[in-house]
Amino acid sequence: MLGEDLEALTRDAVLTRGLGRAYGDAAMPPRPGAIVAGSRFADRVLALDEDRGILRAEAGASLARLSTLLLTRRLAVPVVPGTGFVTLGGMIAADVHGKNQHVAGTIGDHVLALRLRLADGQIVEVRPPEHETLLRATLGGMGLTGHILEVELRLDRIPSPWILEERETYGDLDGLLAALLRDSAAWPFTVSWTDALASGRSLGRGVVMRGRWARPDEAPAHDPPQGLQVAFPFDLPSWALQPLSGHAFNHLYRAAARVGARRRLAAPFAFFHPLDAIGAWNRAYGRRGFTQYQCVVPREVGTGPVAHVFEELQRRRVPCYLAVIKDFGRHGTGLLSFPRPGITVTLDLPLAGDETQQAVDALNQIVIAAGGRVYLAKDLLTRPEHFRSLEPRFDAFQAARRDLDPERRIHSALSVRLFGDDA
Amino acid sequence: MKAVLLGATGGIGRALARRMAARGDQLFLLGRDEASCERSARDLEAWGASEPVGTARCDLLDPSSFAPALDQAAARLGSLDTAVVSAGIFGTQEALERDADLRHEMLTANFVGTIGFCEAVRPRLLATGDGTLCVFSSVAGDRARRPVTLYGAAKAGLSYYLAGLDARYRREGLRTVCVKPGFVHTAMTAGLRPPPFAAEPDAVARAVLRAIDAGRPVVYTPAIWRLVMLGIRMLPRAAMRRLEF
Repeated sequence: MLGEDLEALTRDAVLTRGLGRAYGDAAMPPRPGAIVAGSRFADRVLALDEDRGILRAEAGASLARLSTLLLTRRLAVPVVPGTGFVTLGGMIAADVHGKNQHVAGTIGDHVLALRLRLADGQIVEVRPPEHETLLRATLGGMGLTGHILEVELRLDRIPSPWILEERETYGDLDGLLAALLRDSAAWPFTVSWTDALASGRSLGRGVVMRGRWARPDEAPAHDPPQGLQVAFPFDLPSWALQPLSGHAFNHLYRAAARVGARRRLAAPFAFFHPLDAIGAWNRAYGRRGFTQYQCVVPREVGTGPVAHVFEELQRRRVPCYLAVIKDFGRHGTGLLSFPRPGITVTLDLPLAGDETQQAVDALNQIVIAAGGRVYLAKDLLTRPEHFRSLEPRFDAFQAARRDLDPERRIHSALSVRLFGDDA
Repeated sequence: MKAVLLGATGGIGRALARRMAARGDQLFLLGRDEASCERSARDLEAWGASEPVGTARCDLLDPSSFAPALDQAAARLGSLDTAVVSAGIFGTQEALERDADLRHEMLTANFVGTIGFCEAVRPRLLATGDGTLCVFSSVAGDRARRPVTLYGAAKAGLSYYLAGLDARYRREGLRTVCVKPGFVHTAMTAGLRPPPFAAEPDAVARAVLRAIDAGRPVVYTPAIWRLVMLGIRMLPRAAMRRLEF
């Protein structure tokens, strides 16, 4: 159900969803016909205090649109994920992180207040220190603690609306990870892209990207281009997914990093959301679609598990070509926040029935052994028994939910799959 | 531009108002839900409206609300050179056939109410000598089609009226802009199956604002609908009895 009055929409809903772009089932109804409120038309800015850098908006406001508003005013949302097609509510529910996780934490670290409709219908203004527990359960709580109606955020003041970016290529995983950590000590935005198909000595070869907001004297006088370029107009046939095209994709990218200017000015949209630039880029994966898999392994266990992830994918011939590697600094504040100190790996997995399930099972075994976690916002295939092993924090979250919503009125396909809810 | 907008709390109206705000137009919002008008006013101020955005209650189903609302708008804006009416009621053909109250409300708001409001604002716009009245009709008013006979009937009447305003008052300085959107992804059309050429509100709003600035009497948006409707208008009656579009 879509509408502009989110308060009315959520009255009878079992869940609220934003733009419906999640890779997994977090925003899917628990059963066909269950009422899910769609927040995307509830996107008004309710207050923008430019002097103090505070924004309050309806939960359906999308990051991409807000950014067009904020950047011209030399303000920015302090944590932005890899896609701009996400709502404020979705960002809170997943407690999203970005390229600056190592210094800025998650979006939850910048939330000043939420307006929430609880399972019993009551609407509360959640503003710490009041409702501290409720806020912590809601950050990363996948929308299961209540319907997020409004969000109030602290914003970053930026020197210019441009990003100064540098890229460097590395020939193997150890080189890549060492560079990533080194860069993160000096730069606010870091991330790396890896050729998931490279094996042997070049396993983990890739590009490290680092960036910061450009100073006014470094930036052009005009504002950067914003928003979408072209939409991917059709579904590619599934043979286009063969590893060959994956190789091509990665070589192309690596060539760009080698040949292109080492230091350049980038529009924030292109820097933060590189794949959004190709409108419906997900259609490049054909009609069967794809999911993502993102895990984090603790820093103490070393780079072994990260290498195992790629080896496992290659052994199973999973046609995964884009892998993103990023270091995490600190824990998220939510009861189920994904980030923890360590290395996170994100993979695109084309959906291919049982093979994909088995690949995810195998990856989860690696992550369990390493004492890591998976990101629920992107998860579609993790089994409940694996989830319990991955999440020692699960009981604390369920206890909070028991207090908030003893009948589990708010539930989703994800909570049915992983949290033992009835559909 | 000093504009009064009826129905800008949502849908295409919201997107259009944001574009007007972003370029610094002075805006005044009218709507039947005052709380929603207030929220939209704050939104438009954030998007760049040059002055605080005022609001007043105005309901297409309540003609007595027109004059006081316009008085308030004129008082706040000083004068009034533009009026945009995007408010209206939508129902599927099935719902409108089934529900007599909804049918009556739709016909009353979209035809009687909208024309009543236009008549109330017309003298104020004429007084400026260079006023613009932009009203949202629909491609549904161009030719009676099976899925939109009732909604289309009201919009056909509205389009007819707007063409008449253009004929009668253009020379006196009132520019009428009749907007004919095709399918647009808004709360109004949520749950309907989008036909080809379905558009996003912001893209439609951009085209509408260009038409307002140019004073174009009729704007189809997305523009392809001009051709689509041209084709449909030429179809024989027998074809219309079968066409499910």
